[in-house]
Order: sequence, then structure tokens, then C-alpha cells
Amino acid sequence: MEQKIDLSLIDGIIGHYRDIPGSLITVLQKAQAVYGYLPHGALTYISQRMNIPPAKVFGVATFYTQFRFEPVGRYLIMLCKGTACHVNGAEMIEKAIAGELGIADGETTGDGLFTLKNVACLGCCSLSPVMMVNEETYGSLTPEKTRKILAELRGRIRE
Amino acid sequence: MIQIKVGQGSCGISAGAANVYAALHTALMEAPDVSLSVTGCVGMCWLEPIVDVYNASGGLTRLVRVTENDVPKIAEYVRSGEPEHVRKLTVSDEDAEFLSKQTRIALRNCGVIDPEDIGGYIAAGGYEALRTVILHKSPEEVIDVIKSSGLAGRGGAGFPAWFKWDAARKSRDEIKYLICNADEGDPGAFMDRAVIESDPHNLIEGMLIGAYAIGAKEAIVYVRAEYPLAIARLERAINQAASEGLIGENIFGSDFSCSFRIKAGAGAFVCGEETALIESLEGQRGMPRLKPPFPAQSGYWRKPSNINNVETFANVAWIIRNGGEAFAAMGTPDSKGTKVFALTGKIKRGGLVEIPMGKTLHDVIFDIGGGMRTDKKFKCVQMGGPSGGCIPASLSDTLIDYKRLSATGAIMGSGGMVVMDESTCMVNMARFFLDFTAKESCGKCVPCRIGTKRLLEVLTRICNGEGKDGDIGLLEELCNQIKESSLCGLGQTAPNPVLTTLKYFRHEYEAHIKEKRCPTGECQALITYSIDPGTCTGCTACVKKCPANAINGERKAAHVIDAELCIKCGRCEEVCRFGAVVKR
Repeated sequence: MEQKIDLSLIDGIIGHYRDIPGSLITVLQKAQAVYGYLPHGALTYISQRMNIPPAKVFGVATFYTQFRFEPVGRYLIMLCKGTACHVNGAEMIEKAIAGELGIADGETTGDGLFTLKNVACLGCCSLSPVMMVNEETYGSLTPEKTRKILAELRGRIRE
Repeated sequence: MIQIKVGQGSCGISAGAANVYAALHTALMEAPDVSLSVTGCVGMCWLEPIVDVYNASGGLTRLVRVTENDVPKIAEYVRSGEPEHVRKLTVSDEDAEFLSKQTRIALRNCGVIDPEDIGGYIAAGGYEALRTVILHKSPEEVIDVIKSSGLAGRGGAGFPAWFKWDAARKSRDEIKYLICNADEGDPGAFMDRAVIESDPHNLIEGMLIGAYAIGAKEAIVYVRAEYPLAIARLERAINQAASEGLIGENIFGSDFSCSFRIKAGAGAFVCGEETALIESLEGQRGMPRLKPPFPAQSGYWRKPSNINNVETFANVAWIIRNGGEAFAAMGTPDSKGTKVFALTGKIKRGGLVEIPMGKTLHDVIFDIGGGMRTDKKFKCVQMGGPSGGCIPASLSDTLIDYKRLSATGAIMGSGGMVVMDESTCMVNMARFFLDFTAKESCGKCVPCRIGTKRLLEVLTRICNGEGKDGDIGLLEELCNQIKESSLCGLGQTAPNPVLTTLKYFRHEYEAHIKEKRCPTGECQALITYSIDPGTCTGCTACVKKCPANAINGERKAAHVIDAELCIKCGRCEEVCRFGAVVKR
């Protein structure tokens, strides 16, 4: 069962954009900023209020990698899998994260702390391999360094 | 007045530049005649964070890899002017050559001016070109200047910019659009991000000149959502330009008016293709349209639209101010001017490089980039991202121009140059790119949607040691079919990484398929870990770290890895201080 969500939170967004043609993606982006993801109910609501068929709303939302349909953990780990990171060992970093947290790409830990998401390129190629945790970028990673960072992030929550 | 500038592009900030700035701010708050400001990315990414100190007569001391702990020394240097305080931080002559060997046009202000202050851009001659154009040149004259410069679209295809401008100019319609493609999706390319973060007004000026030339009243920048800092700085720059009257109604008192806005992309590589980008701008799934009609005839909302990439626009103001001939004087007969490259991978000095066309790959990788940063040999350079290919070391004398690079099977692309040494497996590299394109294929054309998936399956099989006789032929056949029958550039070029690695590194494919061996030791399924009993000291470090309990051994006796239990994670190799773990 999906958690109850407050649809009125996006009334203002819909009201502002409903008459601007071509603004569906912007509305979805703003709605995701409100909820942290795009709840099923919100997508249906956007479809009704903006008078766009649900198939189109869902079609657009699932097309773009920015949109999520599940809540994410406290820490969203975006692991860069760009070319430079690949060459410099991003796979080893992914393995270290998977080993430490027991999650694969797209999954969230049982305690709701970490979500791992592989991304195409963060554009910090000279610091490769790189990951971004929430807003912070960590560069020149090694498996050991990655494990330390994860432990530190866990520690922050306990404090 | 002593000026201190802290480089704060995305990579500078992630290397700690914001903290350095804050510490400098605190330390120098009371210092008289010192100004502290932010600048963008100078492109020496491997040396970040970078602090530039300009003395009263404008002389520059560049301090590199600065940390907060260095701030007291810098403050002391600023107070006393005694270079001894910062001797260890000062950039080496060798590293400084990275910049002195470049020719900067698109990047001319990057890392020099404050990207958040329009005053800095104007002081550097900014918006002069726009004024000249609007007050003294007809749109046709502007297009002529661009034509004489030979400027080609820097997004990848290398199509002449003037031709698209001219076509949009000639389309008769009240409403036209000028669009900037800043959906920099090639993994390994970050020059567009750097230009927007470091010199947003240069992009705005180039776009306004383009809008004037084609007759557009609205300019739109489509930026990747993954570039939050670029979006923030561009937004700020647009607001500043608008309040200076450079955007909006009757610019410079003329009858030319142009509005300006940003549209954040939502993450889809295919939106780098111009018709897919237009679909996305209209709020649709980013699926390419059939051409013709070309965007110049029927683009955004079916109106004439011109789309160029960031780097293309970043050259425009310079060309107007210096003349098309000055730009055309650089380069080769069919590739004019300069090109920016994002140099990354196993390179010693990685960052942004802008050089005249016609230099060799060797010039960029060795003279500017300093060669490999590992002790292994240079193997190849990947150019053009998922649409490009791997050029082997034996062709490093290839001149950088559109035709010659295409002849190798790679492409100029947007300018990503990922350098690889002998530790990179070329089959796995091809698999990596196909994994990318298979995910990013929009799904419109069956050969691309399903063909890339099948390519990926075959490549994965080969990397896992399950390659079969005939796989190479199958790959080649599939590649050619996908190339021939896809609608847009994504599908047409998706097989390039496979084709170029097959062309230059066929023996690696054969070793995987016939001998079940990965020559570089990168493909996990094909390697085994063992411990050399002669080198092992029996320290038990690996025994403790092995997550699979696959290592047996007493203290001070050589350890043994149980191949049955080993999951090939490589942690034993990581922790062994004696190099006793052997990977084969």
C-alpha cells in the first residue's frame, strides 16, 4: 500500500503550469522536489488536473531517468558510471558499496538509510571514480575509502 | 590591490574549494587592499582546488591543491609578498605548460573572470560583439562573418553553423526559436558544463547574436538537470543581463527584442539529438522526429528553430570581434578554429584543453596531458563517447580534424577524450558502451532498441568466457544492420565502439572467445586469484578481509586461496602489502 500523500501540496505547481503548453516535464520535476519521488497518486492527480491522459503522464515520467517512483533512502548515493570512472575502477566501487550495504543499483537498504543509483556521468571526470551522496561529491575513490565514507555517513545518523 | 581568485567550478568545489574560500575569507577579512572573489574552472582539474593570487601589478601566482590548512601560509604571503611562504603550493613549470600550450577562444574567460558578476564579463570586452551586431550589421552580414570563420557545430556532427543559421533565417515565419543544446550527455565530456559554470555571459551573448541573425525573439537553453551549479549560474547571468537591458525589449535601443529562458532536462541521452530535444522541450518523451523537415523549417512547436551546442555559441562573440578570418586562420582546410577537449582517464594531467584543429592526438595526450599517470603504456584514446570509438596508440599521429578522425572509425564528437592504458580490456569497453546505449535507446526504432540489446548480450557473453565461434561475425552483422536502419544519430553510431575495437583490437576478442582469456585481466569471469607462496609472509591480512572465507593459512605460513569459494572480489589483492596475490 502506498503511503497517503497530501495532493494539495502540488496544487500551486499545477495551477501555475496547467495553461502553459509543453510544461509536463517541469511539473513532474517540481512534484518530485515536493515528495522526493513521484507517488502513483500524484501522477494520476497531475493527469486529471492538467487534462493529460494518464498513459502520457506515465509514459513521460518513465522515459526520463531523473524520475523515481519509490521513496529514496536518507542518503541517495549516485555512483558515476561514466567512461572515465569506468576506466578508473567504478566497478570496484560498486562492488564495495554492494558488499557493505547489501544493495544493488536502484535498491534501498532495509533501514531506509541508503539508496544506490548508478548514473551515466556526473561530469567530474578528473576526480574519477566519483560518487555523489545527496549534494556532496566524493572523488578519487578506492574500495577502502568508499567503505570508510559509508561508515562515516552511518555514524552521522547515530549522533 | 591584491586580487585573490578561488576556482569554484563543480570539480573545484568537490575537491574542497568552497571550504578554502571560506577559510580565506575569514583569514583575510581585515587585510587592507585585498579582494577575494570566485572564478570558474581554469581546466586544470587535477590540481584543484586552485587559488590565483594577482599582485598589485597584475602578476599571477597560481597555488594548487590548496587545503584549508594552507590558508595561514597564503595569508602570510599576501601580507608579506614573500613567495617563500607558498613555494610548495605554487604550480610547477611543467604543470603550467598545460595552459601555456593551449589557444583559448571558447574558454578564454574560464577561470579568469567571476562568473557571477556581469561586470567582469563586460570589462573583458563582453557584449561588445552584440552591440556591434545589433547596431551596425544586418543579420545577413552576421551570417557571412560566421560563414567566413568556418565554424562548425561543436556538438558532434560538425555541420557548418552558418548553414543552419541561414536556413532558419530564410524560413518565413513571425515566430522563430533559437535553442542551445546544453544536454551534455556523453560520458567523459564536461566542457559545456565548464563554459556555463565559468563564463555564462559568453553563452548568452553568442546566443543573442544567433537569435538576431535568424530573427528569433525567444532563446532557450536546454540544460542537463545533473548540472545544478551550471543552471544556478546561468539563471543568475540571465537576470543580470536582463536588468542591464541586454535581454528583453529593444536591446541597445534597436527594434531587436529577445527573451531568454532555461529548460532543465530530465535525464535522457537521446535528447542530445536535436529533434528529440525539441520533443522534450514540448513536454513529450524525447523521441527523434523524421528529418526532413529540418528544425530550421519546422522545429519547436513546428516553428523554424535553430539549435547549436554550448561550445559553438561560446565561439561566436569572439568571431564577431576578431573577424571570421582570424578564426579560419587556425586549423586545417576542412576544420577551422579551435576545439575544446575534456581530457580524462589514465592521463597524468586531466582537464580541459583547447587547441587549434590540426594538432595531433599525441600533442594533446603527451605534450599537454603529460602522458600516462600509471607506469603502464598508452593503449588507446576513446573519442566521441558512446557514438565514437577507440583510436589505438599506433594512430596517435592522426591530425585532429573532422575528416581524419572519422577515417579512424571514431568521431570528433563533443570532445571527450578518455585515455586508456594497457590495463583496460577493449571487449569490456565495448560492452560498457553498449550497456549505455541499450539503456538510452529511446525505443522508437526496432533495430536500435533490440539490436543494441543483442549486441550487449553477445559482448557480455564474451566477457564472461562464454563466447562462441562465430560471435565476431554476428557482432559485425548486427552492427551494420543497426547503423543502416536507425533513424537518428544514437542508433546510427551506437555500434561504433564495437566496430572500432573489432578493427584495432580483434586479438582481444579472439583471446576471450577461443582461449577464454582476458589479456588485461579485467574480465572477472576469466581471472583467478592465487597467492605466491614464495612472497607471502603469512601476515593473515587477506584471511581477515576475505568476505567469502576462501583463504586458508596459519600465521607465518604461506596462505592458499580456495578457487571454489573465491568470489574474485580482489580484496586480498588490495590489502596485501607484499604483492603476493597474483591475478591471472
